[in-house]
Amino acid sequence: MARARTELERRLLDEFQRDFPLEPRPFAAVAERLGVDEATVIATLGRLKDEGSVSRVGAVFRPGGVGESTLAAMAVPVEDLPYVAQLVNEYEEVNHNYEREHRLNLWFVVCGPDRARVEAVLRDISTRTGLAVLDLPMVQDYHLDLGFPLRWN
Amino acid sequence: MELTAKEKALVTALGGGLPLVSDPYAELGRRVGLSEGETIAVIARLREAGLIKRFGVVVRHHELGYRSNAMVVWDIPDARVEEIGRRFSAFDFVTLCYQRPRRPPEWPYNLFCMVHGRERDVVLGQVEELAETCGLAGVKREVLFSTRRFKQRGAVYCLAPETAA
Repeated sequence: MARARTELERRLLDEFQRDFPLEPRPFAAVAERLGVDEATVIATLGRLKDEGSVSRVGAVFRPGGVGESTLAAMAVPVEDLPYVAQLVNEYEEVNHNYEREHRLNLWFVVCGPDRARVEAVLRDISTRTGLAVLDLPMVQDYHLDLGFPLRWN
Repeated sequence: MELTAKEKALVTALGGGLPLVSDPYAELGRRVGLSEGETIAVIARLREAGLIKRFGVVVRHHELGYRSNAMVVWDIPDARVEEIGRRFSAFDFVTLCYQRPRRPPEWPYNLFCMVHGRERDVVLGQVEELAETCGLAGVKREVLFSTRRFKQRGAVYCLAPETAA
């Protein structure tokens, strides 16, 4: 459950989703903007990471810009879903893996250095599970990622 | 844009995010054999080239109370898909918007967008708003809410030489 956020946490989560300082001591630069010290920023980000509110401080890559990726979908019998989801998770090439409310109930992203590797992973998953895997690579990305304005209640 | 072996290694190392230390760029550089200055320069170049869409704090919406994560899929006439994709992207509740291939007969949809919200009803209202604003009332669409998250991490592009599986 989301707990009440301190002002410092909110500002860290809200104001630094893009244009993170590219200088030797970036956390010190952030600290200066927030009126606290560097150690406090590092400790707070560490805590937000540990509790899962922050995935990382880093890059969101444009899909297809570096390496290749695809969105894959499978229709998995409900009783087999935990097993198949676990099998899919074990590939280091898989990053996001979700159950969704649909006949196609398992959706995951596969990425690799090239298309051949991505296809090899999809084939392997299909062979091991005996299920078809839908391959939906990106054709065009329309969204310029500016981060996500959070609405605090 | 061609990347050198060290740059590829840096991209892979960046997948885990900046180390939470005083001098994170120097630390990342040490791992891949680049100086602090070179590391900063490579990241700046990737940003300018648009390979990095965004560089900063990556939040996990689910943990922040954004429990309703909807993938909305649309069957948009090919001639309009680019225009609609751009218009969708202008809404601040749309976090991603991609064109993907149709796979008939199983999959008739060619435009995907993600909408995150704290409540399901709000998200469904936002999908309605997208359809109305862009004149898509008659367009076939489906909303796929996520129910369980089995895995979520940043894309690690596995750019390193192939390792034995």
